[in-house]
Amino acid sequence: MSDTATSEHPEPATGAAGEHSDADHDEGHAHPSDWAYAKIAIVLAVITALEVFTYFETVLDWGVALVPSLIFMMVVKFYLVATWFMHLRFDSKLFGRMFTAGLTLAVGVYLVTLTVFEFWV
Amino acid sequence: MAITEKTPLELGPGDTARYVERPLGVFTRPQGGRGWRDWLSTVDHKRIGILYGASAMFFFVVGGVEALLIRLQLAAPEGSVLSADVYNQVYTMHGVTMVFLFIMPLAAAFANYFIPLQIGARDVAFPRLNALSYWIWLSGAIFLNTSWIVGGGGADCGWFCYATNSGVAFSPSHGVDFYAIGLQILGIASLVSSINLIVTCLNMRAPGMTLMRMPVLTWMLLITQFLLLFALPVITVALFLLMFDRLFDAQFFNPDAGADPLLWQHLFWIFGHPEVYIIILPAFGVVSEIIPTFSRKPLFGYEFMVFSGIAIGFMGWGVWAHHMFVSGIGPISVAAFSLSTMFIAVPTGVKVLNWLATMWGGRLRFTVAMKFAVATVAMFTIGGLSGVTHSVAPADTQQTDTYYIVAHFHYVIFGGGVLGLFAGLYFWWPKVWGHFLNERLGNWNFWIMLVGFNLTFGPMHILGLQGMSRRIDTYARGYGFEFWNMAATVGSLLIAVSVVVFMWNVVKSKRDAPHLPPPGPDPWDARSLEWSIPSPVPEHNFDTVPQVHGRDDWWHNKYAENDEGTVVRVATVEEAAQTGEATGVHLPSPSFWPLAVAVGLPLIGYGLIFNLWLALIGALLTIASLYSWAMEPVDDPDATHDHHDDEATEGSSTEGDQP
Amino acid sequence: MSAEPLVADHGHAADEDGHDEHATTTGLSHTKLAMWVFLGSECLLFGGLISTYLLYKTRGNGRTLPTDVFDIPFTSVSSFVLLMSSLTMVLALSAVSRGEDEAGRTWLLATALLGGIFIGGQVYEFTTFVREGVAFTTNPASSAFFTLTGFHGVHVSLGIVMLMSLFVASVKGKLTQRNAETVEIVGLYWHFVDIVWIFIFTVIYLIPAD
Ligand code: HEM
Ligand SMILES: [Cu+2]
Repeated sequence: MSDTATSEHPEPATGAAGEHSDADHDEGHAHPSDWAYAKIAIVLAVITALEVFTYFETVLDWGVALVPSLIFMMVVKFYLVATWFMHLRFDSKLFGRMFTAGLTLAVGVYLVTLTVFEFWV
Repeated sequence: MAITEKTPLELGPGDTARYVERPLGVFTRPQGGRGWRDWLSTVDHKRIGILYGASAMFFFVVGGVEALLIRLQLAAPEGSVLSADVYNQVYTMHGVTMVFLFIMPLAAAFANYFIPLQIGARDVAFPRLNALSYWIWLSGAIFLNTSWIVGGGGADCGWFCYATNSGVAFSPSHGVDFYAIGLQILGIASLVSSINLIVTCLNMRAPGMTLMRMPVLTWMLLITQFLLLFALPVITVALFLLMFDRLFDAQFFNPDAGADPLLWQHLFWIFGHPEVYIIILPAFGVVSEIIPTFSRKPLFGYEFMVFSGIAIGFMGWGVWAHHMFVSGIGPISVAAFSLSTMFIAVPTGVKVLNWLATMWGGRLRFTVAMKFAVATVAMFTIGGLSGVTHSVAPADTQQTDTYYIVAHFHYVIFGGGVLGLFAGLYFWWPKVWGHFLNERLGNWNFWIMLVGFNLTFGPMHILGLQGMSRRIDTYARGYGFEFWNMAATVGSLLIAVSVVVFMWNVVKSKRDAPHLPPPGPDPWDARSLEWSIPSPVPEHNFDTVPQVHGRDDWWHNKYAENDEGTVVRVATVEEAAQTGEATGVHLPSPSFWPLAVAVGLPLIGYGLIFNLWLALIGALLTIASLYSWAMEPVDDPDATHDHHDDEATEGSSTEGDQP
Repeated sequence: MSAEPLVADHGHAADEDGHDEHATTTGLSHTKLAMWVFLGSECLLFGGLISTYLLYKTRGNGRTLPTDVFDIPFTSVSSFVLLMSSLTMVLALSAVSRGEDEAGRTWLLATALLGGIFIGGQVYEFTTFVREGVAFTTNPASSAFFTLTGFHGVHVSLGIVMLMSLFVASVKGKLTQRNAETVEIVGLYWHFVDIVWIFIFTVIYLIPAD
């Protein structure tokens, strides 16, 4: 019986603590400074201003670029809030995985549904 | 707020010392607390498991009676047992009861009871949320069934309740309202419990219990929890829309206003297909524990088992529209979903081959549990094969909405799911209750059920191919349907007999138990951690949390290879097992608030249907209970606790027993 | 799902020093993990409602569509308010975890207030729409619109209730540095609700309906 094959040894401990290292902020501890948060908020505000700007077509004609740029700006905002304010970039990857699992599944399943409804044509 | 509850219990891996720091003190529950009130406030995962199991068996009887009514009506042409209207209600409530009130909670019983034991934990991550899940589930189950009394009848739209059939125009009683709200309540219960069990599996494993060492039952249950986690919100959306349509005149499924009823079908089946894996995967897990034990071999291809389970879990999200081949979704969609459905058979086939390979060359012991397990594999394979025939869209166009479909899903659900869980009942009964189920009666139970099952559902393949459509309340003479319908009805009565035999077995084996030798910790010479502790399981599960060194760790405590490479016994069960005598292990305190929260929800439901003031009362009750819950300390400050016992606990380690 | 990174054997570490309050297999807090798992599930809930609206947004049954009455400048302001509440939320957390209870309370209150302004804006928006002929039962588009945004509004309101509960707990001295994690959990929920609105604002309001 080759039961012994199963007694592999666990990986050395890596995890929450180890994964802090991929954060590229300048403090020594896990959480960025208030000023860093404020900077992110400023970026978010600027992007939002840009988004709203697209609404006033008279100022600038975005043409076919409109929808892709709106989606792009949305994704950037989404990403910034998730990684900074929700700390995904400083926390264990497991959290992010749980969330992205749901997110990608939702995007995939509902895009297929809309496709079956011929939403895009 | 419930979700943000402070970690109620840090019964982490084995160290009790850290509880000493707790300013509030902790609670050691009296061992003798067996009054009924203790069951209402219990947060013990084992008791909650038992509550789930017992309630599931109750609803099995309810759903079974509904099934028998269906079969009596259809036994002969022009049946008159039920009116057409009542027939619609009975088959709908039969399907809903069996799926949501029988098989899912029975699987939840296994999940609650055995996940912590198999990973070496003392409870789940959130014991009070666990109690909450059960009580919400029960309140939803009762709510759903009260529609027979106060709702003017059960839902009558079939268990998948397609729009526009589910609208007020075609279903004027309150049955569908009860369906929409009841399933939402049940969904909350399963969602909370899935989060709880996922965190438990990821975060409460004993030292050394890596993911790839977890028993396959725990793996399959974990995958099931992920499916629940992601599938339930989808049906919740659908039910939400349906509820607004019916109660508040929304326009979601009103084609006259330009709405598309197919939206319901998509949402339902995006949930519905993962749901069938939610039903079957726990049974796969059970079978994967039983077959190795009674073959005296490790599971063949553990990694393949785990990864095929994960693959099924993934692919289950990409096949839903195979339920809609005749709904007019267009040739490209049909072709795509037809293909994806054919592929999903592959990981399932891998599992079947692995079970066969596990038995191959093993020293087989055909106990009742093993018989049920083998029958599960065989019957599931039949159901799987007819499933592959539906994946071929042109063939399915002939089969859909006929009895061929009814035959198919009963072979997978009953033949796979129910037989599998019965195998689990026979296997783990001694662990839970401290005595065996009677094997002789068990054999009667098994053979009558197997014959009855095949006699009931086998002929439905023929009926379906002959063109008998599903969900008709009767049929005329002369179509050639008479003989096989009568056979199916006889078969269903046999199933009923077998269930009675099971019930009798439960009673009789309890009565006989005092005169029989106790099973001891490990009666089957099994492999996973729950067999290393006494039967019945002591309230604190493990005296010391085990240190795990490999897969099937418990088995390796008993057996090792000698110099010639043959496997020999190195320790008796008594030597290797824990005694269960540790005292003063800290357990979370019981609480009545989960029950109180759960009582509010059906009130909201009745309120939405009948009178919004009632909904307000229900909401206030729920919110007040949630606040009281949040205020209540996790550990009862008044309970006494003797710290000296901690040291004693630490002494009785099993680590020295490792080979 | 790849198993390897999850098998980190923290159990050992916890056993050795024995007194680690948060000794769990992964070393992560149960509650925080539970919250993230829950948020993963919420994606499918909001995704379903958003898809429903997208499918129906042009189905007016001959009556006014929500897109006809959108007031983008107004919604932009309230979206901005909600966005900024994420900043105050994260500042509340960082204050509480530094032990600055006073500042923590201020930021909590500010967050709740911004959330309240958003909800107020939504109430105003809804009543205006109804006045302009787009009510809940008008057409599939309006039903889908009100259900989606209303459901989001309920999420925001629940968040406000949680924030106020934290505020009260803090006043009573029950919310200190030691349970900063509670603030973090509520924060996660709050940011998630904000993220959903980022999505809704673009996909439902800004992208023109042909
Ligand atoms: C006691 C044995 C059982 C019998 C005799 C039985 C009989 C039937 C029959 C005749 C139907 C078809 C009704 C129709 O389409 O006209 C049906 C439907 C169904 N059954 Fe069973 N059943 C049994 C057990 C179960 C179990 C254990 C489950 C699930 C765990 C189950 C799940 C379902 C479902 C989901 C449907 C579809 C309901 C619908 O069409 O909406 N049944 N059953
Ligand atoms: Cu399916």
